[in-house]
Amino acid sequence: MQQLLSLEYIVSILLSGISLGGQLALIAIGYTMVYGILRLINFAHGDVFMVAGLLGIYITAAVPIYIAIPIVILITVALGFFIERAAYKPLRSAPRMSVMISAIGVSYLLQNTATYVTGGQPMTYPTIQLLNKTVNIAGTPIKLVVLLTPVLVLLLIVLLTQIINRTKIGMAMRAVSKDFETSRLMGIKVNTVISVTFVIGSALAAVGSILYFSTYPGITPTAGAMPGLKAFVAAVFGGIGSIPGAVIGAFLIGICETIIKGLPSAWDVSVFSDAFTFALLIIILTCKPTGLFGEKATDKV
Amino acid sequence: MLEKKKSFKTTISAMVGIAFILALVVLLENLSALLPNVPAIFQPTSQLFTVLKKGAVYSLVAVSMNLLNGFTGLFSLGQAGFMLLGAYTYAIFTVPMAAKDQVYYLYGGSAVKFSVTDLFQSFLGTGAASLICTVLVGLILAGLVAALFAALIGLPVLRLKSDYLAIATLGFAEILRAIFQWQTLGPVTNGANMIKSFPTFSDFNIENAQGVVTLRLSTLVPFVVVALCIVLIVLLINSSYGRAFKAIRDDEIAAEAMGVSLFKHKMMSFITSSFFAGVGGALFAMYVSNAQAKVFTSAMTYEILLIVVIGGIGSISGSVIGTFLYVACSEWWLRFLDAETYIGSFKVPLLRSGFRMVVFSVVIMIIVLFFSRGIMGDKELSFKGIGGLLSKCKKKKSAPAEEEGTV
Repeated sequence: MQQLLSLEYIVSILLSGISLGGQLALIAIGYTMVYGILRLINFAHGDVFMVAGLLGIYITAAVPIYIAIPIVILITVALGFFIERAAYKPLRSAPRMSVMISAIGVSYLLQNTATYVTGGQPMTYPTIQLLNKTVNIAGTPIKLVVLLTPVLVLLLIVLLTQIINRTKIGMAMRAVSKDFETSRLMGIKVNTVISVTFVIGSALAAVGSILYFSTYPGITPTAGAMPGLKAFVAAVFGGIGSIPGAVIGAFLIGICETIIKGLPSAWDVSVFSDAFTFALLIIILTCKPTGLFGEKATDKV
Repeated sequence: MLEKKKSFKTTISAMVGIAFILALVVLLENLSALLPNVPAIFQPTSQLFTVLKKGAVYSLVAVSMNLLNGFTGLFSLGQAGFMLLGAYTYAIFTVPMAAKDQVYYLYGGSAVKFSVTDLFQSFLGTGAASLICTVLVGLILAGLVAALFAALIGLPVLRLKSDYLAIATLGFAEILRAIFQWQTLGPVTNGANMIKSFPTFSDFNIENAQGVVTLRLSTLVPFVVVALCIVLIVLLINSSYGRAFKAIRDDEIAAEAMGVSLFKHKMMSFITSSFFAGVGGALFAMYVSNAQAKVFTSAMTYEILLIVVIGGIGSISGSVIGTFLYVACSEWWLRFLDAETYIGSFKVPLLRSGFRMVVFSVVIMIIVLFFSRGIMGDKELSFKGIGGLLSKCKKKKSAPAEEEGTV
């Protein structure tokens, strides 16, 4: 108990919670934007995140890290764009359930391909010198990635909200998410808007993967599934379609999860760190299905 | 009157079909004992029987998922969770008292001081009768526990709309998986370790006094149980409740306006589906001879969902055919893709461990994208349908084959 209450312990738990939250937020934005526009839970998003991690391993093995990072982001963006064009666009007029099944199929394909490429062996993410430096805060050594993540996340989010609120494509995105059909009638190129959404989501997932796997370096083919689902829960918690909501949800889940993991092992509750997220999901869905900042949608008969 | 006659005919043909399949299974399995030199494929260790057993188990789960997704339009992804409940219930209650200390040695014995196996052995002896009763009671218990949890979780969750329902049920399955791996519940669930030593399919093989198997029934048992369960599901779907389910699937608001109680029927479909998923989970535990929480992942649910899609959403016979195709491809027919192959000195590119699943998932994506109706669409297999199809092939005429609705 003494150890639990020490300042160092609290600071380190909180900081790594905030860092995990920031990483989840970057994935959650991809979910929430796609859901806002297509009304689709993009089950493959977590696996795109995993693929970005694997790309990081293979590309840093070939070229220096500062060239590798942009290449990883570019390829991930291309992957996201390609997935949308190949697997979701043909189903634009199909029932929502078919698109979701297609997303599950893509996720299955990405996981199996990753198993094939890696030979099923868990891979280790390379240590990026800059991110792994340690600094002392309140007497606790903290990795720089932990401090850098929230700052970077906030910067990216400010940038993203500026894009959405100030630019023409951002306005088009808001229009499409309000009413798909009408915006098409107004001359908005819906397919371009959707592609841009996937591009932004994938780019953020790639950045997220660099930060996340620098902290948790083991990558297996299913490594994307759990962070992906948690990010989705964060998006639902904040009100799906709302970017600030997703970010707040992600930070909350990140912090709670690290606290649960950090509780004394005698209590034996760390096995519930994943389950907690889903319990939170069921509670929020039953109490306030629209989430914190979600808009209430009514079905017209 | 005509209607009645027709349904009588389809009932008879369905029964004949099932009896034929069961007889075929017994024959296949005992072929190696009847004939001295059978090809390797009919030996008891052949992949054929793995495929048949796993296919039977999975087809029940796929049909139960189809009842929910295809017939009621509730997009639920909790199937693995209910399978887990079924598997653990069956395992916990049927491990014999004598084996408990050994299974639960990490926790100094089990907290459940009761075993269905010992209960029946105490008054039926150790023969076949007590084994059958134990398995039956175990399976029903497994289904009931899954159904009970479905009733509890259904109350809050079934009010949610399509994709929220999917993610909530998925989350529920993940919560269950965490609970069953919790060390504190170890005396009941054996923590993250597997539970073993309960009656499995191979216990049904009849042995003579020397311990040599004289009659193999280990593949027949899952087929009988699964056939019975699927018949029950078909009866439910063809009843007035089944029509209400389909009405809800096609248009929720219209169904409610017609006086169909949405919540009652959704709940009924959810509970029934979970009951059979629980039985399926127990059968799965029997098939792999152990119960372990870590295998019931969301990937398993996705697998079953993809099977339902391949077979055709809204077709029972489609789900069954889809399951056997899926299991046969993934366990057996595509195995050659995993082996490094040389033709002369030329090494065939790409072929190595894992390639099978890549090819397989590409095929699945093609089905999902371009043949979204699956194998059967929402039609059912029937003798008349097959006959029509055959005559169509013969005559090369484009007259549409009329298909009637039963298995």
